[in-house]
Amino acid sequence: MSEYTAKDFKKGQPRWCPGCGDHFFLASLQKAMAEIGIAPYDTAVISGIGCSSRLPHYMATYGMNTIHGRAAAIATGCKVANPNLTVWQVSGDGDGLAIGGNHFIHANRRNIDMNMILLNNRIYGLTKGQYSPTSPRGFVSKSSPYGTVEDPFRPAELCFGARGHFFARAVATDAPGTIEVMKAAQAHRGASVCEILQNCVIFNEGTHESVYSAEGRKKNAIYLQHGKPMIFGENNEFGLMQEGFGLKVVKIGENGITEKDLLVHDAHCEDNTLQLKLALMEGPDFPVALGVIRDVEAPTYNDAVEAQIEDVKGKKKYHNFQELLMTNDTWEVK
Amino acid sequence: MTKNASVVDLDQVVVRFSGDSGDGMQLAGNIFSTISATVGNDICTFPDYPADIRAPQGSLTGVSGFQVHIGADKVFTPGDKCDVLVAMNPAALKTQYKFCKPTAAIIIDTDCFQEADLKKADFKTLNAIEEMGIKNDVIAAPITQMVKDCLADSGMDNKAILKCRNMFALGLVCWLFNRDLTVAANMLKEKFAKKPGVAESNIKVIQAGYDYGHNTHSSVSHTYTVDTKGVKDKGTFMDINGNKATAYGLIAAAEKAGLKLYLGSYPITPATDVLHELAKHKSLGVTTVQCEDEIAGCASAIGASFAGALACTSTSGPGISLKSEAMNLAVIMELPLVVLDVQRGGPATGLPTKSEQTDLLQCLFGRNGESPIPVITATSPTDCFDSAYMACKMALEHMTPVVLMTDAFIANGSAAWKLPKLEDYPAINPPYVTPEMKETWAPYQRNAEGSRYWAIPGTEGFTHILGGLEKDNKTGDISTNPENHDLMTHLRQEKINKIQVPDVEVMGDADNAELLIVGFGGTFGHLHAAMDEMRAAGKKVALAHFKYINPLPKNTASVLKKYKKVVVAEQNLGQFAGWLRMKVDNFAPYQFNEVKGQPFAVSEMVTAFTEIYNK
Repeated sequence: MSEYTAKDFKKGQPRWCPGCGDHFFLASLQKAMAEIGIAPYDTAVISGIGCSSRLPHYMATYGMNTIHGRAAAIATGCKVANPNLTVWQVSGDGDGLAIGGNHFIHANRRNIDMNMILLNNRIYGLTKGQYSPTSPRGFVSKSSPYGTVEDPFRPAELCFGARGHFFARAVATDAPGTIEVMKAAQAHRGASVCEILQNCVIFNEGTHESVYSAEGRKKNAIYLQHGKPMIFGENNEFGLMQEGFGLKVVKIGENGITEKDLLVHDAHCEDNTLQLKLALMEGPDFPVALGVIRDVEAPTYNDAVEAQIEDVKGKKKYHNFQELLMTNDTWEVK
Repeated sequence: MTKNASVVDLDQVVVRFSGDSGDGMQLAGNIFSTISATVGNDICTFPDYPADIRAPQGSLTGVSGFQVHIGADKVFTPGDKCDVLVAMNPAALKTQYKFCKPTAAIIIDTDCFQEADLKKADFKTLNAIEEMGIKNDVIAAPITQMVKDCLADSGMDNKAILKCRNMFALGLVCWLFNRDLTVAANMLKEKFAKKPGVAESNIKVIQAGYDYGHNTHSSVSHTYTVDTKGVKDKGTFMDINGNKATAYGLIAAAEKAGLKLYLGSYPITPATDVLHELAKHKSLGVTTVQCEDEIAGCASAIGASFAGALACTSTSGPGISLKSEAMNLAVIMELPLVVLDVQRGGPATGLPTKSEQTDLLQCLFGRNGESPIPVITATSPTDCFDSAYMACKMALEHMTPVVLMTDAFIANGSAAWKLPKLEDYPAINPPYVTPEMKETWAPYQRNAEGSRYWAIPGTEGFTHILGGLEKDNKTGDISTNPENHDLMTHLRQEKINKIQVPDVEVMGDADNAELLIVGFGGTFGHLHAAMDEMRAAGKKVALAHFKYINPLPKNTASVLKKYKKVVVAEQNLGQFAGWLRMKVDNFAPYQFNEVKGQPFAVSEMVTAFTEIYNK
């Protein structure tokens, strides 16, 4: 049982627009941290720039609200230099995937043990409404009055392409779903990417409309759970099966299909092919996948750095500056 | 040592080894300088690499040089021109002859001056010496053949044998200067500890080169000695280049401060050797992260600093451009950070392997907003150690990023270095929060020096947030209050202004100089040598060489105003002179500016300074 409550992680009065998904996420994160039970003073929350990057200001932990795009790089140094800290990196879709895209992929590739939160509202909010790298093709915004002519990133694809070992998704308004994903991210040792679907009430209201309400999620989302068959629908009437190289939605009971015929989720599977297919599902033909989609153990960068230091310490004969000097060719002048 | 020829005693001598970039000239040069240092000579070296890793063999662009200046007394530069040139192929002779004094002896490998070799270096005739109109003494030795003969029974293949040519040339140079070969043998045994056969072959070839010189007495009229004079600085020494000294300075400061050393870096010439050096020393707990880009190098170091490490990022000019936004984050968050700029030729990619002082204004001002950052410039290869140490001390004690500037010349150049004792270096005391402060502390509360206190994550009772937005001058909460912003702008500036740095020393004719030479950073040796030469000619000259650029020493104005004529000499178009004019009222110096990517030539400066002197 944790000695903390959500209150121990709260600070100040958030200044996001009323109804912004950031409010929902913040509350869930604080509850999750309380349940996880790591002390606020052993926790560092590091963000970049953007509406969502204001988040550390409302946390009673150590934190940094840094510069645009660099949160993942700054968090990397923080974790490697002080591995005892629990590090949460918080970015929006612009911060994390546009200006910070390089750091996002490399933090995943290196597998830094930190939780990487991607608050995806598919818009630049703080600069007042430009399209982002996750805005769909044709998206009309102030900087694309005739619609964008470019395809968006799909965060899971980027994460997997960078050899990410953890990817989960939750909807900001879904507190239990978000808390579960946060806890799973913390339990995973390594870089844990959590995509949080959220709206921007001012510039992109309704962008995740189909799954934003509990009713919507019942119809249009599937909660994936490791080891459980993939069932969804208002009355749990649908399931997912593999067909050829793809997935298909089936109705349980039709054409003799039973629960036993459905795919069983394997988040721990090293091969990410099916996990990626699940992560890329979208309406109206498929449900949006929520929960932990991929969760595979792998060596972390920070552990490996520590281990290498210990290993070399054992092998080398010099362990301080004065001893280091004497490893060189020297001569005496008498 | 046999001395049946006439032996001339010299005060100083400059030797330049040159050959194809694969010919091992750097190693030969290094060994020769160490042998000389061992007998108590002062040494100063300058490796001159081509920009390409492997230009076509024998081509003019592929020539690699290594110049060493050895002196009976103190030497300050690697020397303008050489007394002995080793040219292992025609391309080396063609490109390096310009570095020869008229009296210089030239050693060539005749086996590599055949028709095909000469063609590669664009010679029109079969006699390179005649074609170039060279009148110097030339020791023309069939080096390749003699090395082959010498190692015929070694069992080595032809390629491996040819790699020993540099050692034959080294042996010849050792004979010419009556150097004992024992030190060379020991160095090679150490270097090839895992391949004793290779060490043995190299030693055999050095001896062969030495004997060849001795037996044939070659075609020179004298051999030479450089006997140590003056007061010997006693103690244990090593040969060290600037990049290694910088790395050692960071290691020493981290140990003194009791902090983990973190380096976030991205490979860039000529700074990469600092990353290489630090990456080796895991047994000292040094953590190096080779990042995805320059920005991440700096950003990750900021994260490490926040987390409680002594954090550094190393780069060259183009990298500073990329890091500047993150450096500014460290300015506003007031976190310790050491940013190393090993300057190279610019702008843009410029001359990656060459040296300039053209980043000064970038380091002082190249950021948005009012962004004061202390700047320290190392003055010699060995001074890189002290400068790096002091940069760390300043960053940690004043909670600020500090830029440590070196340059390609001192980074790659080396000199004899008396091994320091860490106990002789000043303590490093960062302004940590103390448990008693728990109740009253606020993130932007300041101490008497104007520094914030350092509360490291993991410490109970001090959770706080830092960030890039302007913040309240006490609580650190985001603030857009105009008065507060004005106050914070002043507080950040005053904190830097208050940093104590040593007075600038005036060398030479401090009391009655007619001309004061002013410089900064890596040109110290050349400016000192120019001053010495002018004083030897009876002129009253002094030198004020700056290491601390921001803040400037307190005596700066009084020193600059004291002398009738002042010349600011720098390897840019007047950046330091401009900075001084900004800081010292009515300061109107003469300027000497040269941006060739090469070290200053002392002779050129003496001519220019003398002209100013005589005005």
